[in-house]
Amino acid sequence: MADPLSLFRKLGHATVERIWRLGFAARFLFAILVHSGSSFRRLHLTLREIYFSGVLSLLIILVSGLFVGLVLGLQGYETLQRYGSTEALGILVALSLTRELGPVVAGLLFASRAGSSVTAEIGLMKATEQLKAMDMMAVNPIARVVAPRFWGGVISMPLLAAMFSAMGVLGGWLIGVVFIGVDDGAFWSQMQAGVDFRFDIWNGIIKSIVFGFAVSLIAVFEGFDSVPTAEGVSRAITRTVVTSAMAILALDFILTSFMFRGTS
Amino acid sequence: MSSDILVDIEDLHFNYDGRPVLQGINMKIPRGKVVAIMGGSGCGKTTLLRCIGGQLRPTGGRVRLEKHQVCEMSESELYRLRRKMGMLFQFGALFTDMNVFENVAFPLREHTDLGDEMIRDLVLMKLEAVGLRGAHRLMPAELSGGMARRVALARAVALDPMLVMYDEPFTGLDPIALGVIGQLIRKQNDALGATSIMVTHDIHESLLIVDYIYFMNGGRVVAEGTPDEIRASKDPLVHQFVYAEADGPVRFDYPAPPPAAEFLNRGAHG
Repeated sequence: MADPLSLFRKLGHATVERIWRLGFAARFLFAILVHSGSSFRRLHLTLREIYFSGVLSLLIILVSGLFVGLVLGLQGYETLQRYGSTEALGILVALSLTRELGPVVAGLLFASRAGSSVTAEIGLMKATEQLKAMDMMAVNPIARVVAPRFWGGVISMPLLAAMFSAMGVLGGWLIGVVFIGVDDGAFWSQMQAGVDFRFDIWNGIIKSIVFGFAVSLIAVFEGFDSVPTAEGVSRAITRTVVTSAMAILALDFILTSFMFRGTS
Repeated sequence: MSSDILVDIEDLHFNYDGRPVLQGINMKIPRGKVVAIMGGSGCGKTTLLRCIGGQLRPTGGRVRLEKHQVCEMSESELYRLRRKMGMLFQFGALFTDMNVFENVAFPLREHTDLGDEMIRDLVLMKLEAVGLRGAHRLMPAELSGGMARRVALARAVALDPMLVMYDEPFTGLDPIALGVIGQLIRKQNDALGATSIMVTHDIHESLLIVDYIYFMNGGRVVAEGTPDEIRASKDPLVHQFVYAEADGPVRFDYPAPPPAAEFLNRGAHG
C-alpha cells in the first residue's frame, strides 16, 4: 500500500520546485537587465533578433489578423442587424481588436512562432556546448545570446500586435463594407468617433508590451534552463508555448480589470 | 610556486549532488608542455578541466594559474583570465549560425579593436595553420567531424592563448583525422609557446605527442609519468589502459547484484 503521506510529499516537493524556478527566473531577468547594455551598444545583435522574431512572424500575423477581422465582421454584422445598428460595425471591430484580440491573439501567435523558435535555438546551443564555449571565450552568453533575443521579442511584439489589429480592421471593412454593403462613411466615422486613443489604443499597446515582455522572458528562460538533450529541449519548447499562453491570458485579465474598470 | 609551473592543482575536491567526483587531485602543469589527463569514462577528467577553467567551483582545494587563484576569482576576473585561455570542446562547439570564418573571428571581434582587414588576415592565417583556409565560407553543418575539430582548434588559439585545454579532441575521428589533429595540437603548442592540457582516452595517439601523462581513476590521480615511463610501467591500471584489457583495476561492468539474484527474482521488476 502506498504511503498515505507520499501525495502530500510530492505536492510539497512540486510546490517548492516551482518556487525555486520562479526565483531563478527572477534572478535570470535581473541578469538580462544588467547585461542589456551590450545589446543596445551593439545594435546589430538586437536588430538581427527583431528580424528573426518580428519580420519572419509577419506573414502568420497578417494572415491571422485578416481572418479574425473577416470573422468579426460577419459575426458583428449578424448581431448588430438584430438591433438595426449595422453602421456601428466599424467601432465594434476596432474596439474588439485594439483592446483585446490584437494583443492577445498576436501574443499567442508570437509565442508559438517566435517564442518556441528562441527556446529551441538557445536550448540547442546549450546542448551542443556553444554556450559553454562562449563562456570559456570570456563572452557572457546572457549578454551575447539571451539579452538580444529578449529585447528583440519585447520590441517586435507591440509592432506585430499593431499590424494584427490593422489587418483585422481591414478584414472587418472588407466583409462589412465591400461584401455586405454597410455604409463606408458610417463604418469609418463611427470608428473614428468611438475609439479613444488613451483608453483603447494606448491600453492595447501597453498590453502588447507586457505580453511581449512575458513571452520573451519565458522563451529565453526555458531555453537557457532546458535539460541539454533532445528530449529536454523538446519539453522546454512545449513549456514555452503552454506557459506563454497561460501567462498571456492571465495577464490579460489582470490588465483589463485595471484598465477598463468603470470606463466603458 | 616555481615560475616554470603554469597550473598548480593542490588537493582538489569536487562533489556533484553529494557524490564525490574529484577526491584530492594534485597536479603540476609546466609551461610549454603538452600534458594529457587520461582515465576511463566518468573518472572526473572533464570536471577537472572545468575546474581549471573556472567554470566549476571545487568544493575543496586550490587551482593556481600563473599567480591567480582560479577558485577565488570573481566572474569579471575570470573573464579577464580566460582571454589568455583557449578551449577545444569534445565536438567542436562551433556556433552553428556563423560560417567558419566568423567562428574563428568571434574571439577577435569580441576582445580586440582590430579592423576588418586585420581580422581577415589573422583568421585566414589561423585557418591556413589547420589546413582549412579554403573552407572559410562553409557553415559548420557542411564540415566533417575532423574539419569541425580543426576549425574549433583554430578558434581556440585565435587570441594566441598561454593555456589551451582540449576536451576529448580525438573522439569519433577516423585514424587520418586523429593523427592530423594530434600533430596540430603539438605544432600549435610549440609554435605559440603555449601550454596544453589534453583530456583524452586515446592512449596511443597521446603517447606520440605529449610530454607527460596523468592517469585518473575514481576521482584520484593513480599514476603519472612521461610517455616512456608509461610504456614501461608495471602498474596494473596503466597496463590495462595501454593494452586495452577488459580485466584489471578499472571495472568494465557497471556495479550490479549477482546474476543469480537478478534472474531468479523476476517478479521484482514486473
